[in-house]
Amino acid sequence: MPDQLLWAMEVTANGLLNGVMYALVALGFVLIFKASGIFNYAQGVMALFAAMTLVGIQDGRVPFAHLINAIFGTDIHYFGWEVPALAAILLTVGVMVVFAWAVQRFIFKHLVGQEPIILFMATIGLAYFLEGTSDLMWGSEIRNLDVGLPQGINPVIDEATFNLFGYGFFIDNLDISAAIVATLLVAGLVAYTQYTKQGRAMRAVADDHQAALSVGIKLNYVWVLVWSLAGLAALVAGIMWGSKSGVQFSLSLIALKALPVLMLGGFTSIPGAIVGGLIIGVGEALFEFSIGPLIGGATENWFAYVLALVFLIFRPQGLFGEKIIERV
Amino acid sequence: MKKLATLVVAGAMAATPALADLVIPDLSYRTGPFAAGGIPFSDGYQDYFTLLNERDGGIGGVPVRVIECETAYNTERGVECYESTKGEGALVYQPLSTGITYQLIPRATADGIPLHTMGYGRTSAANGDVFSHVFNYPANYWDAASVIVNQLLEENDGDMSGQTIALLYHNSAYGREPIRTLETLSEMHGFNLSLIAVDSPGQEQGNQWLQIRRERPDYVVMWGWGVMNQVAIQEAINIRFPMENFIGNWWAGADHDVAQAGADAAGYRALNMNRLGDMPVFAEIQQHVIDAGLAAGDGTNLGAVLYTRGMYAAMLAAEAIRVAQEIHGVADITPAMMRDGMEALEMTNARMEELGMPGIGPEFAVSCEDHGGTGMAIMTQWNGSEWVTLTDFVAPDDSVTQPLVLEDSAQFAAENNITPQCTSS
Repeated sequence: MPDQLLWAMEVTANGLLNGVMYALVALGFVLIFKASGIFNYAQGVMALFAAMTLVGIQDGRVPFAHLINAIFGTDIHYFGWEVPALAAILLTVGVMVVFAWAVQRFIFKHLVGQEPIILFMATIGLAYFLEGTSDLMWGSEIRNLDVGLPQGINPVIDEATFNLFGYGFFIDNLDISAAIVATLLVAGLVAYTQYTKQGRAMRAVADDHQAALSVGIKLNYVWVLVWSLAGLAALVAGIMWGSKSGVQFSLSLIALKALPVLMLGGFTSIPGAIVGGLIIGVGEALFEFSIGPLIGGATENWFAYVLALVFLIFRPQGLFGEKIIERV
Repeated sequence: MKKLATLVVAGAMAATPALADLVIPDLSYRTGPFAAGGIPFSDGYQDYFTLLNERDGGIGGVPVRVIECETAYNTERGVECYESTKGEGALVYQPLSTGITYQLIPRATADGIPLHTMGYGRTSAANGDVFSHVFNYPANYWDAASVIVNQLLEENDGDMSGQTIALLYHNSAYGREPIRTLETLSEMHGFNLSLIAVDSPGQEQGNQWLQIRRERPDYVVMWGWGVMNQVAIQEAINIRFPMENFIGNWWAGADHDVAQAGADAAGYRALNMNRLGDMPVFAEIQQHVIDAGLAAGDGTNLGAVLYTRGMYAAMLAAEAIRVAQEIHGVADITPAMMRDGMEALEMTNARMEELGMPGIGPEFAVSCEDHGGTGMAIMTQWNGSEWVTLTDFVAPDDSVTQPLVLEDSAQFAAENNITPQCTSS
């Protein structure tokens, strides 16, 4: 097989796995938009906050230590214990649930019935607030994240492809882990929304708020639930991305990668987020591989948006989005 | 009404800058995507001035007043910081960002306030004939590119023909800076140059490292900053690239760059414009600043790579103040006098030793024409737990960098109608 073809196959496989990472970020957006019509600008910062909280709990850091020390003249930074990864993850999920409740109680409860643009603006404010809170709580230095996920080339795939083609493919173990986690997360979300009482309430609210209210579903409760699930998705995305780079501010910028995925997959479809992520992942990887070297490279960021825009021309609601029907 | 008038007068008095202060603004970034680099630099920069105030009563008997202004590494905010602090009597600005530097060059020149852009900013500002108020000693980006190639030549017995260097660069003005120098050097020494761009901020580099894995260059040289560095180092480990053949510039060789990868990154090398390791001055800072509760940060960055660089930058500013005080015979100097001090600055080994920082930088002398220093830099290596110094200061190839500096600065002078300040007088 020609080298170019082998390399293209390797690039495609890596692109698919990158796409899963993008889909992980997009999932949080979809959950909230589907249930409440809010485009949550703060989703990226939620990933940063969740990952920072996870590392903080793991390391036994005292939250708001700088603030406490500055006010009281103390010098405390650590509690003196370390928390195992799994327990820290569970505690972080608890923090994200409290966060979801606070967001609902102090922001969106007061904005029920407002225009979508007002709700969107509120999430911009929330993003900045959360960014500052994260800094105050845990500091702005890079934190090392280790929850035991394997990284580096997968030797089995390397060897198998070498035996088959005479060229060993590079597939990162972390990307494989991300794909497994994403599959479990999506399967769990689907099962939850299809087979549980709360899940059905979520779907009812997503379909029609007024109708859901009329049959006794508590909107506030469902929205807290949805923001909690988005917080869980943010935590998973934060773990996956943070395992490579450490947990740092730039994690909040990964939300930018979710936008073309959402434009392509639709804002209201969980399968759309997955398929959109895969198409963007493969598309940008193949474009960078084939055309990138001719035009100076670093095409990934803008090409993802171009690809999404092309799709928008033909399907404004995205691949899996709900068709916009306006009755006159 | 009387109370109101009293309050207004009291407020106006409080707002008046204190007399006889040496004002040094610190355009820091403790927030935002690049905070991990900004925090230790700012800590080192401020702590050194605090040391001088606490131990020596300032410089020449005049205390230093540092005004910290948060830029978040954002150019607009950097310019706002400049505008809001220059009226305080600012003596010199260290913008700590190439983007901010480019915006401040015309403003600071018009205002008569010198800029010190140490190892960043506009490289051709080394030509003092054109850039009267900009100083980028002790080294600039083109020097860095040349020093790396010189070091590799040394390791390859002077022959790199047929070898390949891949430049992995941040796709920005900063990242593209070394390209021209490396292209010239590749023609001169016969090595192949492969250019691989990474989009900002650099969180994703999977495709770039697949390309490196396919092309198998002999060396990868990195011009990165922020998250790009940490991800690149991890990706290099992932594809099993020989880490000793992976070399970062001096903005890609800090403690936080290798912290996530840890021992797996052992062997990774990076350039540095100053020496690392323990120095007597650290004990002084510990005693007079950190233990006294006066540190700019929490004190944990003392001795870190970027803390040391920030401290070195502060020391160079303090020494220029001393020179200015000597030249003009006054202790409370103006920005114009500060510029004169910077232009007459001479760093010697004896002086660095006296300051408790033996050999922290190369010896150099600034002149009207040369604002760039010698351009020498050292090679450091991450051994899995700490950065160690590999070489002494290595010189760049001035025959390559100097014509580029002259050409670029001449173009700037023509575009901006600048009369050369040294050669025309």
